[in-house]
Amino acid sequence: MVNTKVSLLGITLDNPVIPASGTFGYGYEFAELYDINALGTFSFKGTTREPRFGNPTPRIAECTAGMINAVGLQNPGVEKVISEELPKLRKVFHKPVMANVSGFSVEDYACTAALLDKEEQVGWIEINVSCPNVHGGGMSFGTEPKAAAEVTTAVKKVTTKPIILKLSPNVTDITAIAKACEDAGADGISLINTLLGMRIDLKTRKPVIANTMGGFSGPAVFPVALRMVYQTARAVKIPVIGMGGVTSAEDVLEMMMAGAKAVEVGAANLIDPFASKKIVENLPRAMEKYGIKDLNEL
Amino acid sequence: MKQTVLTVKENRALAKSVYIMTLGGDTGANKPGQFVEIKLDGLYLRRPISVCDCENGYLTIIYKVVGSGTEQMTGLKEGDRLDVLTCLGNGYDLAAAGDRPLLIGGGVGVPPMYLLAKELIKQGKEVSVILGFNTRDEVFFEDEFASLGCSVTVTTADGSYGVRGFVTDALPDNASYFYACGPKPMLRALSERTDIPGEFSLEERMGCGFGACMGCSVMTKSGAKRVCKDGPVFKKEELIW
Repeated sequence: MVNTKVSLLGITLDNPVIPASGTFGYGYEFAELYDINALGTFSFKGTTREPRFGNPTPRIAECTAGMINAVGLQNPGVEKVISEELPKLRKVFHKPVMANVSGFSVEDYACTAALLDKEEQVGWIEINVSCPNVHGGGMSFGTEPKAAAEVTTAVKKVTTKPIILKLSPNVTDITAIAKACEDAGADGISLINTLLGMRIDLKTRKPVIANTMGGFSGPAVFPVALRMVYQTARAVKIPVIGMGGVTSAEDVLEMMMAGAKAVEVGAANLIDPFASKKIVENLPRAMEKYGIKDLNEL
Repeated sequence: MKQTVLTVKENRALAKSVYIMTLGGDTGANKPGQFVEIKLDGLYLRRPISVCDCENGYLTIIYKVVGSGTEQMTGLKEGDRLDVLTCLGNGYDLAAAGDRPLLIGGGVGVPPMYLLAKELIKQGKEVSVILGFNTRDEVFFEDEFASLGCSVTVTTADGSYGVRGFVTDALPDNASYFYACGPKPMLRALSERTDIPGEFSLEERMGCGFGACMGCSVMTKSGAKRVCKDGPVFKKEELIW
């Protein structure tokens, strides 16, 4: 018997596998397919203060070993998330959930986070300062240490639950941003969000994505993500959640060896709706194969 | 939705750049208007294709070669096995058909009309079909619809076969309800030129195909909807053109 339990900021997870925000909705789509309580937890769809339709379509492009998305934070807004989505989520998921918050100003972040902080089922608040798909939005906060720190301070002031800052890889030195968030009171760091990318259609000679650029994710980004998790885990004392191209139980172990305390699974859920479930199921076998009795020894 | 492994039984050219593929196995009970998503070797995203027919462990799809995915599909051989998500999307509302439903397909919007026609004929409806193509070389399934017992009209934009013009040039005046699938300009024209109620099947570039990623959203009169999960079929009055 191996131990897959890990502790994430005071809450014990049955396993470190966490479907990433934007790839798992508010959980209930996947609950029609399998019992999502098998997961450690999941990070729900990025939620903003006001409802958002997001970007024009096409929002999706094929890439070698990955995809580009430019959804643009489509969500019904925090009020409807609380009144309509969370009650549906509660029916199918009985563990603490990770709330994912985005914003366009420091006040936006604080307001949305404060509202979700009051929700009993919310265990952690993941603050997305790294969405590449909203003009003048998320990413500008995540590419400047000072701005990331300001968001962290403002959210920390109005919340009681652990806050995790989700960082962008589209920066020169991700450790500087991580340290700024830590100094401003962040309880944890998660990374990486998608890499800014684009594709051009050879027939039309125009970008495939209506918004021109979008966030690149999938197995192709795994080595970049792993490197950044490794660097960040050594630069900060607070827990780091690793993500970026994770597709297998082996990838989870590799992320944890790089210093991650838990691991988010993103694009893989979109290609195989059972991906996260399979990773959870395969984890004990992969641990045995590599002589790991307890994930906490990594 | 169902994840399944299906075996290629047949895969051949049907018309210019258009292929027909029959898959065998545990297909699930696909309803008219639903679609499947096929995982192809070396490509990351699944490819969404509408269901043309589904019966007794066989699933038929018709696809047009438009990019790397469909190009690769033309090389699949009998016996090849494919990872497929089936029974995706909402499908057509058969209960709305009335006595004389009109089915309108444009290009590769034709295939989903086949299973729909089959089901409506079973229910004893008097089914009319309009199949729209650009030119003679692209025409397919005229005989198949006729064999089901539908009254079939073919239009070609260049007049090389059937009625010259677009599907909107062949609209009958006694239909009770319409179902349409095809390119957006065709659907928009139908929306403007028809005064009977009906529904449209939309197409969008998809990420997941089952409602998780919000990649294929469309704004409707009742808010943002996912083409893959809330659609692909939407009532005429719901859509904003």
